[in-house]
Amino acid sequence: MPELLKAPLVVEFPFTRSLGPVQSAFLTGLRERTVLGVKTSDDKILVPPVEYDPVTADELRDLVEVGATGTVTTWAWNPEHRRGQPLGKPFAWILVKLDGADTALLHALDVDGPDAVHTGMRVRIRWAEERTGAITDIACFEPYDGDEASEATPHDGEFEDKVSGIVAPARLDYMYSPGRAASAYITSVAERKMVGERCPSCSKVYIPPRGACPTCGVATREEVEVGPSGTVTTFCIVNVKAKNLDIELPYVYAHIALDGADLALHGRIAGIPYDQVRMGLRVEPVWTEGGRYPDHYRPTGEPDADYDTYKELV
Amino acid sequence: MSVTKEPVAVVGIGQTKHVAARKDVSIAGLVREAAQRALQDAQLTWADIDAVVIGKAPDFFEGVMMPELYLADALGAVGKPMLRVHTAGSVGGSTALVASKLVASRVHKTVLTLAFEKQSESNAMWGLSLPVPFQQPLLAGAGGFFAPHVRAYMRRTGAPDHIGSLVAYKDRRNALKNPYAHLHEKDITLEKVQASPMLWDPVRYSETCPSSDGACAMILTDREGAARSPQAPAWVHGGAMRSEPTMFAGKDFVSPQAGKDCAADVYQQAGIKDPRREIDLAEIYVPFSWYEPMWLENLGFAEEGEGWKLTEAGVTELDGDLPINPSGGVLSTNPIGASGMIRFAEAALQVRGQAGEHQVDGARKAMGHAYGGGSQFFAMWLVGSEPPQN
Amino acid sequence: MREVAIVAFAQSDQVRHSDEQSEVEMLMPVLHQVKEQTGLNASDIGFTCSGSSDYLAGRAFSFTMALDGVGAWPPISESHVEMDGAWAMYEAWVKILTGEADTALVYSYGKTSPGSVRDVLTRQLDPYYVAPLWPDAVALAALQAQALIDAGETDEPALAGIAARSRDSAADNAHALMKGSVPQGDYVVQPLRKGDCPPISDGAVAVVLAAGDKARELCARPAWIRGMDHRIEAHSLGVRDLTDSPSTRLAAERAGVFERPVDTAELHAPFTSQEVVLRKALKLGDDVNVNPSGGALAANTVMAAGLLRIGEAAARIHRGESDRALAHATSGPCLQQNLVAVLEGDAQ
Repeated sequence: MPELLKAPLVVEFPFTRSLGPVQSAFLTGLRERTVLGVKTSDDKILVPPVEYDPVTADELRDLVEVGATGTVTTWAWNPEHRRGQPLGKPFAWILVKLDGADTALLHALDVDGPDAVHTGMRVRIRWAEERTGAITDIACFEPYDGDEASEATPHDGEFEDKVSGIVAPARLDYMYSPGRAASAYITSVAERKMVGERCPSCSKVYIPPRGACPTCGVATREEVEVGPSGTVTTFCIVNVKAKNLDIELPYVYAHIALDGADLALHGRIAGIPYDQVRMGLRVEPVWTEGGRYPDHYRPTGEPDADYDTYKELV
Repeated sequence: MSVTKEPVAVVGIGQTKHVAARKDVSIAGLVREAAQRALQDAQLTWADIDAVVIGKAPDFFEGVMMPELYLADALGAVGKPMLRVHTAGSVGGSTALVASKLVASRVHKTVLTLAFEKQSESNAMWGLSLPVPFQQPLLAGAGGFFAPHVRAYMRRTGAPDHIGSLVAYKDRRNALKNPYAHLHEKDITLEKVQASPMLWDPVRYSETCPSSDGACAMILTDREGAARSPQAPAWVHGGAMRSEPTMFAGKDFVSPQAGKDCAADVYQQAGIKDPRREIDLAEIYVPFSWYEPMWLENLGFAEEGEGWKLTEAGVTELDGDLPINPSGGVLSTNPIGASGMIRFAEAALQVRGQAGEHQVDGARKAMGHAYGGGSQFFAMWLVGSEPPQN
Repeated sequence: MREVAIVAFAQSDQVRHSDEQSEVEMLMPVLHQVKEQTGLNASDIGFTCSGSSDYLAGRAFSFTMALDGVGAWPPISESHVEMDGAWAMYEAWVKILTGEADTALVYSYGKTSPGSVRDVLTRQLDPYYVAPLWPDAVALAALQAQALIDAGETDEPALAGIAARSRDSAADNAHALMKGSVPQGDYVVQPLRKGDCPPISDGAVAVVLAAGDKARELCARPAWIRGMDHRIEAHSLGVRDLTDSPSTRLAAERAGVFERPVDTAELHAPFTSQEVVLRKALKLGDDVNVNPSGGALAANTVMAAGLLRIGEAAARIHRGESDRALAHATSGPCLQQNLVAVLEGDAQ
């Protein structure tokens, strides 16, 4: 049993989110320390203001201003801060109904411990020092001892230099493991051996093996060394730089059926002018120090394979 | 089988104007716009909708996991059933088919189905090439996946080099007649297509699809709903999905068996014996221009090896004998998850006689086709201007 | 309406880690089991539908490789939902109701362990107002739990009782992960303690559906689907009454739950507090056997746990341990979306 492989996989991207008019007004308002809500056809004030009425599905556009103080409707003490969450220390999650609003907003409450928070407690917004037009312009809520104050008042939603979008960076960390068959393959390739697996039912040899014969739906187990030479079954000439790849253009990207394999794998062809690569060309892998995969494939010098010998593999 | 299905009619169709980046709306605003237009077309309100079936390609494209949860309010789904389909590139078609089954089974009477992609929230190539450990990096970008199959097609059929440019030239001209199409290249010429850079030889820049933000929606309903429809409905005469593995020994990437089987199933349901003669037009999923002749063969519109001859002879032009992609197709508009549904919806628009400038005269039967990029998932339907016979 | 039944059910062991297996390696044995139970092979099955999530896997199109385990050759009629497998079963049930298929294979799988599922699930939330704060799944459930406590609907000892009963039931479930005596432990997010939260598990589940006489032929005591419905609620927690689940109640009504009492209920309640909400919405009395499998508190394989509830309920009918069972699946923050199915066995 080969060693099972495992490695971190980081999925990270700064998503660029355009905003609809209600969202734009709300988030710009936060930048200006103003909290906006939106009024429904039955005069309910929704804060945060959603674009569409959850009950009637009507488009909502009728903005109002509500208070920066409010009342906790439920809470949860978060003893362990997690990445991306507000405050950088333990805090309470709260749903808070701002004064003048009929619905609650989710945010963080800065208190020392769970004993300092209860449903019905009065809180107010603590504004972030630097505000950009995002939900995080509310740094958090903090305890407040004033009574319920303001009624909602109409607001035209107009501000100077309104934000039209937010950038929402998101990072998730995974520990990826490719499983038994792929681990075995990757391990053998690192030893410069191309080892596929044969299906016990249809006898086809799969490389890379995927743990299952996809046509029979059964596990492949019998290891079969294939190649190292193979035949170019088809290809394209790449004239456009692929992301994160430093390969001189143009180059040839080919499907290569290794001798003994029943389907082609993919690789780059070099050691021959790009415009002389052809279907049927016989090639072999070229390894570089420390490479996990063959760096490229080069011509073996054998005569080209006859089309009929590989056309089932195209 | 003794079960009789409820006939399904398309009574509302809506699309957004597809563009590279819709910067004035949220994701909800984008889908809402298409849904609202479909409702207006059907002269229905949110209250008339019994269920919502939504589809899109991978969630990583927008960075929202199962975005239908957040979109429930915008699509009037609160208190209703909402299903989310994901079958890779074919998803727009599969989503419409899942919705049609809800009506055909009489579980629901009127269903909103919608598909979207807001590609500008991220970058599709990022979403498609997440750095999975141990995997060989993608060596060739998006087109590099498709171009070798195009070369294989050319080798197999002896198609001359210029066929791909003919398709692109035709589709981009068709797009000029479709107000919702993304690319409107007003000064397009065949020479310009042929002079565009060769990106993944044999595929040129002008023979590739754009990256779009867009949504497409349809309202599907039963006979009663169709009877109330203010405008002529399109009737579903057949619909099917077929899947085969993404990679396997013996796979024919040029003419996948799943595509052939899917088309045969649809023709059988619709009573079509000679698709070339009986079908008036088709909206087929052509992400790279050469896939038009390839699919013409796969779908039985041409004999094997003969598809390119239809393209070359002008048969697939808007005024040809078998117009393909009168809307401008995926080559002119590609909000990935919605692209399949746009094919289905455009087929329905045509048989309703509502395609405007890109209307095919006298269109009575039209096919909508969608597939997944690995040529593994196929979804198709055939719609007609008359109710189905059986 | 056509008679449709669940005629086979299988699951993998629900395990804390599954590093040694890819998704398809984990799934395939389960598919083989349901095929063996019914004697069907891929080409005998009229429709195949699965549920899974790219976000759980951290890879786009992750489901396409899982299809390798099915043996989709010659090509099959197949679909996939980016939802819990319970909704895949709903799609398959509808397909059979149309008459286009007589049998269906439904599967789902989840590898919850590779990512931090608490954080992964934050990506389900409103991407403008909520997701930037990264409120994790336990935190949201804790807000709901506190609302229930404030409303006098439960308290911490009652929640601990639900945890203990579930893990005690799971002791008889060979596939469950967290079973027997499990201490309540410290607060994860107060008021929810470790014992109130589900374990993180990986696993796969499959069922086979069949219509009418085909069902009788394939299974000695089919679990007939008497009704199935699902409903979604508004997304924002602040506009919902977190102590109730109107979508569950409506789905149950439409599925016919309230027409006659059920003897068994498999509820997809990942947190103890959510069982309180669901029992109320479903009007379940003390005479109903709730989560004899141990429920999601014993194994919560995300994307599969809902279908697993349906499978467990069906298996009890197959074994003659239940005559009328309710099965429930949920999705989204704080029970936003809910599916309810009613299963019955023929008179014994």
